[in-house]
Amino acid sequence: MIERSDRLPPRPARLAGAPPQPVSPRLPARLLYRLHRLLAPNAGYRRLAAVLTAHPWLSRLFTAGERHVKEAIFGCRMCGQCAIPFTGYACPMTCPKQLRNGPCGGVGLDGSCEVYPESRCVWLLAVERADSEGKGPDLLRLHRPIDHRRLGQSAWISYWQGTDDGLCTDDDALATPAVINPAALLGHK
Amino acid sequence: MTRPGRFRSALASGMFTVTAEIGPPRGADAEVIRRKVQPLRDWVAAVNITDNQSAVVRLASWAGSLLTLAIGVEPIMQLTCRDRNRIALQSDLLSAAAMGIPNILIMTGDHPRFGDHADAKPVFDLDSVQLLWAARTMRDDGRLLSGRVLDPPPDWFIGAVENPSAPPVNFRAARLGKKVAAGAQFVQTQFVFDVPAFARFMAQVRDLGLAERCHILAGVGPITSPRALSHLQHVVPGVHIPHEVVRRLLAVPADRFADEGLKLCAETICQLRQVPGVAGVHIMAVGHEHRVPEILAEAGLGRTPLAATGPGGADDAR
Repeated sequence: MIERSDRLPPRPARLAGAPPQPVSPRLPARLLYRLHRLLAPNAGYRRLAAVLTAHPWLSRLFTAGERHVKEAIFGCRMCGQCAIPFTGYACPMTCPKQLRNGPCGGVGLDGSCEVYPESRCVWLLAVERADSEGKGPDLLRLHRPIDHRRLGQSAWISYWQGTDDGLCTDDDALATPAVINPAALLGHK
Repeated sequence: MTRPGRFRSALASGMFTVTAEIGPPRGADAEVIRRKVQPLRDWVAAVNITDNQSAVVRLASWAGSLLTLAIGVEPIMQLTCRDRNRIALQSDLLSAAAMGIPNILIMTGDHPRFGDHADAKPVFDLDSVQLLWAARTMRDDGRLLSGRVLDPPPDWFIGAVENPSAPPVNFRAARLGKKVAAGAQFVQTQFVFDVPAFARFMAQVRDLGLAERCHILAGVGPITSPRALSHLQHVVPGVHIPHEVVRRLLAVPADRFADEGLKLCAETICQLRQVPGVAGVHIMAVGHEHRVPEILAEAGLGRTPLAATGPGGADDAR
């Protein structure tokens, strides 16, 4: 058994395939909520998405750019199914357990991550950041299981195309039970 | 298809319900499970069988659950998201139903980094909310995550866990709300040593209307040695022990430490009974299962009248 105080050796921040480790977003929540509006889907973005998907090399170039930006700000791991608009722009995929629906029960009393005690729990950041901007109710949405085939794909293109619309429920799903697999149900009547 | 169990009937009847927990052995010996479960049989409504707790390899929770069932005690099969992807999780859930395991308890699970195989791949394909949601979908909609139909669908009583004392403390009741929305019908909490803090959590739970939708069992356990105290403080994730409790335990002579720990646990149970919305307690005395009856007797809780709430008893609001 390893003592909890043991630290793993440091490694490069952006090593592909490295285990997830909590990342504190490098921009304030307020700014990110504003910047997001610039990315909101419109006819222009939808046309851009259509052009990009028609040309694989263009799409690769665009996705590489998106990756650089999101890696620098959020520690993005390119799951391709962006949850951060609903988590105060703190990325839950940097949680060592990649929990998309809230913190695990192992958060330290000082707010430290169970697995990397030197980092703050990313869900603690998410709750603080969302609450500070009056977006607390967003945290109550139920996030559906992710599609592992979409790893590495552009979440921005998916967002513009509307393929990301069912990533989570519209509300806390307490009044009306939500369906976990709406897409799968279409295939199996 | 499983029949409505004693545990579920006990909660539905509104009686203060007690569950306990045992850790399966590291070794191929079924007798260990029987030996640990036997002394509990008349005292608790059901027994949790842990799923490789602390990420240390042990006999599987499904096997422990079947052994428990075979000696006439109702198991609650724990299932973590740590070691299996969605295919294996759904398969294990289906198997549990087919084998007559009436209760399942779904949780995220400890990270492998602190177990005996720190080099293992952490899976976490689904998180606990998603697995609760998948289980409810399998039972109520009779479908897998793939959309395929299950015939017949499984039927279990679905439980979740929550840790009221871990930050962000003010988000814990809301997180429980997500689990209830996903399908949790009962919840067992992490160790409660700070009753006033737990009462504040319960006030939030009641305000959200969750106490009516989900049976809440507060987690308790005896601290039986200075080593166990240190283990809970420094090794088990997310356990908060207030200074007063530590001072009280360390103030007694070493030979009376265990007795004082048991007494403290019994007192905590009595205090928790007074907290509105608490449906019962879940006793985690791993390694000291044989002393659970002592704790219950000390807390003034008698043997569970199991005969009165046999199979086919009152159903609760699902």
